[in-house]
Amino acid sequence: MGMAAAESQFHVLAVDDSLIDRKLIERLLKTSSYQVTTVDSGSKALEFLGLSETDESNPSTPSVSPNNHHQEVEVNLVITDYCMPGMTGYDLLKKIKESSSLRNIPVVIMSSENVPSRINRCLEEGAEEFFLKPVRLSDLNKLKPHMKKTKLKDQKQGTSEKLENSEVQQLQPQQQIQNDLQGVPKSQDPQPESESHLEQQQQSLQQANNNKRKTIEQGLSPETDRTRPRYSGIATVV
Amino acid sequence: MDGIVQLQRQLVDYNASLFHEGFLDDQFNQLQQLQDESNPDFVVEVVTLFFEDADRLLNELTKALGQPSIDFKRLDAHVHQLKGSSSSIGAQRVHRVCISFRNSCEEQNVEGCLKNLQQVKHEYSLVKSKLETLFRMEQQVLAAGGSVSR
Repeated sequence: MGMAAAESQFHVLAVDDSLIDRKLIERLLKTSSYQVTTVDSGSKALEFLGLSETDESNPSTPSVSPNNHHQEVEVNLVITDYCMPGMTGYDLLKKIKESSSLRNIPVVIMSSENVPSRINRCLEEGAEEFFLKPVRLSDLNKLKPHMKKTKLKDQKQGTSEKLENSEVQQLQPQQQIQNDLQGVPKSQDPQPESESHLEQQQQSLQQANNNKRKTIEQGLSPETDRTRPRYSGIATVV
Repeated sequence: MDGIVQLQRQLVDYNASLFHEGFLDDQFNQLQQLQDESNPDFVVEVVTLFFEDADRLLNELTKALGQPSIDFKRLDAHVHQLKGSSSSIGAQRVHRVCISFRNSCEEQNVEGCLKNLQQVKHEYSLVKSKLETLFRMEQQVLAAGGSVSR
């Protein structure tokens, strides 16, 4: 999983249907010393991430875990355009956040249009940031904390960060339920989902109101907790 | 040496004029900043992509507006693309006309669209020729042994 690897090389998956914008974002990311893969659609992004479009959620059985080929190519962040034919950036964001194997990958949305309702929708769905196009180098400075956080989270699992552990334990029952229901499409079981979702919505709305470019430095939002455990492979949260 | 200095000065002046006259905005600066020794042709590459994209889109727009029954959604989709790519390279005037153009599409205003199409073609041909001139001047400086500093 590369947890022990030096944090120097972060790998970003950039999604945009515009060739020009792909070229631009690739250059921006490489200039910021990230490894980059670009794809031109949401479905190709999911493919690259090892998730087929029809996979709504992943039970923990090996047959639907990220395909081995891509496991070596860890993706630390997905940055996607909003307006794309077929699967929009929002749809892609949703699919990623609904996937147990991918949900802790930070997602950033880019759009040429400054539509507050769109921005809020994306942030509520779990996007870390929302960048207005054209994206600049200075925008990319906001990315590292999100990528570091994911790696750091993976590392912290084993340490005795008391506060985090207790938070995690509190949420365990909820996460248990979520785990058990992995095989069931979200819509069929509104209750356990809606609790955390509502909490998360309130948090996100608050944050969105404060700052349209949300950062999760505020620590222990339910969202952060939700994104923490499984990917690391360490069974502290079971 | 004099020759190079003069060429360089002309280049700097010409570059500046494009900004003053509003043909280019700060995004073009951003592009220039992304160019370096490891990617010496970045700006030309991106701008070339823009030219190709714009040529294609203007063609599509002309065709779409020539139809007996105009598909405004399709029209808008093309303008949206052109708006995006012009914004991405800093072609400010083209970008601005695209904004008006989108409004005309939304209003399903045929006359407005036709006018906007004329305007966008005009602005595009202007910025295209200016950028081609800029690149030519850069080549001259480089050929004379000078450097194109950013």
